[in-house]
Amino acid sequence: MPLKRFLPLFIFAGILIAFMIGLSLKPSEIPSGLINKPVPDFSLPPLQGDGIGLSTADLIDPENIVIVNFFASWCGPCRVEHPALELLGKLDGVKLHGIAYKDRPKNSLSFLKSLGNPYDKIGADLKGRVAIDWGVTGTPETFIIKNGIIRYQHIGPIHQMQVDDLILPIIKNLQQEGAS
Amino acid sequence: MKFLLIPVLFMTLVLNAAAIGVDKDRLQDPAQEDRAQHIMKQLRCLVCQNQSIVESDAELAQDLRAIVREQIIAGETDAEIFKFMTARYGDWVLLKPPFNSATAILWLGPIALLLIGGFLIFRTIRQKPEQDVTRPLTAAEEKHLKKIMKDNN
Repeated sequence: MPLKRFLPLFIFAGILIAFMIGLSLKPSEIPSGLINKPVPDFSLPPLQGDGIGLSTADLIDPENIVIVNFFASWCGPCRVEHPALELLGKLDGVKLHGIAYKDRPKNSLSFLKSLGNPYDKIGADLKGRVAIDWGVTGTPETFIIKNGIIRYQHIGPIHQMQVDDLILPIIKNLQQEGAS
Repeated sequence: MKFLLIPVLFMTLVLNAAAIGVDKDRLQDPAQEDRAQHIMKQLRCLVCQNQSIVESDAELAQDLRAIVREQIIAGETDAEIFKFMTARYGDWVLLKPPFNSATAILWLGPIALLLIGGFLIFRTIRQKPEQDVTRPLTAAEEKHLKKIMKDNN
């Protein structure tokens, strides 16, 4: 049977396709277990003074799409994505909040002073425990939230290109979702 | 005494390896610490991904070790601690993946391959050797054979 002769070729092609798919995956990016779940319960102090810097209540906003960005002054890629965050923070119907991860508030403040502060509110996660509750594995990580539900997680810096190609369409989709 | 140098060097290496994952704030109760170590060995470090959090010195691994110990002191069961971890980091945090629809191929694949391979071997062994298909010689061949026999004699 001629088909039987080609069987090894078919098997080889199958393995090749499996490898091609496997090699294009990014095993270093571990998705949070919190996608499509409510934001975790937390309350963090501000970078300066007393009171509450950022808490769960700030993220449950029926008016706006909420973006939460984990950053640190000691984190190089956070500098890379800073222009993208400035852009996202200025969008209509979007609130951008920051969580400073394991960073001295003094350093966070000078980081924001030199680069500009794109955040509406900032919480200081000194021990990194709140980050663990979010399933964060390192900085920077960014979450897009609608009505208090985490809808998207971006691991690593948001590059300029990704703002147009990835992040803005996601925000637009989420905005339209409720309107219809 | 030089011959001792290499074994001693290796011994220090082994001691170093054992030192990783030993935190200052270990649990007082040895039974509880054993339990903590047992759980930590099954949790993947999310920074250096092919190590467990016991083997890793990454900051996140240190934090997760502290959380495991805190939860043991708080009286949480092993299952509750694993649930805490998977709620945040997904099944990925478990070094031994649980059986579900996404991991079915992983768990059943080797068994399926073993069965297929076994079946093929079984079939090959059972198969009777192909029967000799002998056909009588043609007249020309008969003549040729006779000639060879004659020449040899």
